[in-house]
Amino acid sequence: MALAEICKISNAPYMKPSAWSSADAEDDLRGLTCNLANPYTLAAPPFENPMHNLNQIQANAGKTGIKIDFDHGTTTLGFKFKGGVLLAVDSRATGGQYIGSQSMKKIVEINQFMLGTLAGGAADCVYWDRVLSKECRLHELRNKERISVAAASKIMANIAHEYKGMGLSMGMMLAGYDKRGPGLYYVDSEGSRTPGNLFSVGSGSLFAYGVLDSGYHWDLEDEEAQELGRRAIYHATFRDAYSGGIIRVYHIKEDGWVNISNTDCMELHYKYQELKEQQQAAQ
Amino acid sequence: MSSLGFEQFPDYQVPGVKHADFSPYESNGGSIVAIAGDDFAVIAADTRLSSGYNIHSRSQSKLFKLSPLTVLGSTGCWADTLSLTGLMKVRMQSYEHTHLRTMTTDAVAQMLSITMYNRRFFPYYVSNILAGIDKDGKGVVYSYDPIGHCEKATYRAGGTAGTLLQPVLDNQIGYKNMNLAASEVPKLTKERAVSVASDTFISAAERDIYTGDSVLINIITKDGIEVKELTLRQD
Repeated sequence: MALAEICKISNAPYMKPSAWSSADAEDDLRGLTCNLANPYTLAAPPFENPMHNLNQIQANAGKTGIKIDFDHGTTTLGFKFKGGVLLAVDSRATGGQYIGSQSMKKIVEINQFMLGTLAGGAADCVYWDRVLSKECRLHELRNKERISVAAASKIMANIAHEYKGMGLSMGMMLAGYDKRGPGLYYVDSEGSRTPGNLFSVGSGSLFAYGVLDSGYHWDLEDEEAQELGRRAIYHATFRDAYSGGIIRVYHIKEDGWVNISNTDCMELHYKYQELKEQQQAAQ
Repeated sequence: MSSLGFEQFPDYQVPGVKHADFSPYESNGGSIVAIAGDDFAVIAADTRLSSGYNIHSRSQSKLFKLSPLTVLGSTGCWADTLSLTGLMKVRMQSYEHTHLRTMTTDAVAQMLSITMYNRRFFPYYVSNILAGIDKDGKGVVYSYDPIGHCEKATYRAGGTAGTLLQPVLDNQIGYKNMNLAASEVPKLTKERAVSVASDTFISAAERDIYTGDSVLINIITKDGIEVKELTLRQD
């Protein structure tokens, strides 16, 4: 046991003769699944500065062949207009160079009146959106009133700020309809939170902004707005390799959200190409 | 360093002393394929366990039966696989004792996601695919990224040969880019799912050094789990 003394592990649970008593096992189990009971308590890593250490593992990937590729999401957009809030997203999830999925749901339905879009780490966004959706329901039960988009986005920003510097990666828009009318907020993992009329987030956002800015104005009709969102995402999927798959369009009005369409990019590509040819022929 | 008893070890670089890279993981290889049908799910995994160029075992099952309707396939760092599946088994047993019923496949899928996210800052290095029968009696497949992002799918390949196998499934099961109308897509039978799953592994064993020896196939239906084994090349 002298070596154990020197290494200062003689007090470690696995050095005790009664190591696997049921009380210890229960404690262990609670520790390993602590976030099932309280979603805010994630297991602490056995090292300091997780962001640095995890990056170090990625950096050694060439030597070890071990690379942890999380699913990443990409082009999303949202804007407010006279008819409410419109959200449009693509559906490609990439882990490194590999397309992990072409059918991901990048719009999370938080409740009947609020949606969250997802860019950055897929697991981060989905996990914390689930937590947010619980908080929103609790607010509703406590106050007999639906939560405002402002308050919901503040909860999200607070969570992001709590974990700032730990390596979370999220860029989300929260959109909804409350007593103040349509609401749209951008929240990211750095802890910033901004209200606005028009946002696009993700690697294809620049392409989407190009199309969006040229067609956007407040007085868009519902169908015009839906088509603008769809077209902006389509052009982003065409030029950005990290975006693609299905283009999903959601529209939030006073009485809740509606899923307008889920169209395959390829279908839209031929549709828009045909429109372009028709326009050229007409000139 | 203090945990190792070296209180005075200097922070600055000392000549002749080299800091070891931080590498807590090992890749033990292996691949999984899962295919869901109308009233069944097929999940298959090879049985090779290796580390670098050494083969530790030729007969290690990577499929974990969590309930009579749910099977989890897990590869990557075998230590993490054991830790995670052990945890899942204990949690499911505790659910069964408190609620007096078995967890549904959908519930297991969500719990697995949350359990994996718990280790967000020191992830399990695993590639998980969960297959089973959902509460409506339909076959389902869920696939995961290392920190617990979960997606429902009808077919999925994972593990070291995942990138090799997925395109085969896209073609043979998903009929991708063939412009078929919904009525033209052939109905997937259990026999075809098993034979496609077997074929993908035969292909993977040809090209992936970490996949081989044999394939264990679990066919999950409401009546139980049928296990089949297929021998692959032994080199």
